[in-house]
Amino acid sequence: MLSALFFYLFAILCVGAAFMVISVKNPVHAVLFLILAFFNAAGLFVLLGAEFLAMILVVVYVGAVLVLFLFVVMMLDVDFAVLRAGFLKYLPIGATIGILLLVELIFIVGAWITAPDIVAQAPTPPASDVTNTEALGLILYTRYVYLFEAAGLILLVAMIGAIVLTLQHKRDVRRQSVAAQVGRTREMAVEVVEVESGRGLS
Amino acid sequence: MTVGLSHYLTVAAILFTLGIFGIFLNRKNVIVILMSIELMLLAVNINLVAFSSFHGDLVGQVYALIVLTVAAAEAAIGLALVVVYFRNRGTIDVAEIDLLQG
Repeated sequence: MLSALFFYLFAILCVGAAFMVISVKNPVHAVLFLILAFFNAAGLFVLLGAEFLAMILVVVYVGAVLVLFLFVVMMLDVDFAVLRAGFLKYLPIGATIGILLLVELIFIVGAWITAPDIVAQAPTPPASDVTNTEALGLILYTRYVYLFEAAGLILLVAMIGAIVLTLQHKRDVRRQSVAAQVGRTREMAVEVVEVESGRGLS
Repeated sequence: MTVGLSHYLTVAAILFTLGIFGIFLNRKNVIVILMSIELMLLAVNINLVAFSSFHGDLVGQVYALIVLTVAAAEAAIGLALVVVYFRNRGTIDVAEIDLLQG
């Protein structure tokens, strides 16, 4: 009973926040509503027993990706009111296609059945044995280790790509030249002058 | 009343539809389009985790983890492209992204 209550709470908040994401004027508010939607989705994950993914959703998504969105929205000096022109023009066709798609999806949800002889590839161990995180780690680092490595590689490529795309060298900024510093010799730096006594230089 | 698999699938379907609807509504603003794509990926993740939980199969959660990784990479690259484009053109209007049309 309590879990049903929380399911409806999380689900309604999640859908409401998602609707606000696409309909509010200010993109900063849109990002904040997206954060709310992800928090409620994490709540749904906890209800489903996927605690590890729920925490990953909060830490990685809300903590990193959506904060990145917030940075970009605040950094770009864009007049967002101009970008919203035509909002109402696209409303009818968008609503038509959206409702059609939703009806189709609901039909699918109502009509599908599972094959009776289906066998779980990696059966979930009972929660009293191991926690969700431990069970996930037991198959992620053994059977799906190549998938895990590929995920790391994707993140590496994304990181290098983002750095290469946004890095810019300014012409008028003096930069450190390590080769010139290391290649400096004593002759280039110091000059030893024999000074006769009582005469001074020059 | 108990909450079954179809309840979660319905929530995911509504979220996915809202994501597509958002792309139609905000077809000029790249940032909101990226956020709509995030919503659609979240809907897919809810589907995967719901099936994983109700069928007692952990592979769905592994797959959701991979989808999460790809979504994070996509957001990073997409936002970097938006920043570079804004630096060059001074706007992020999708309709004006036509430099490759020749």
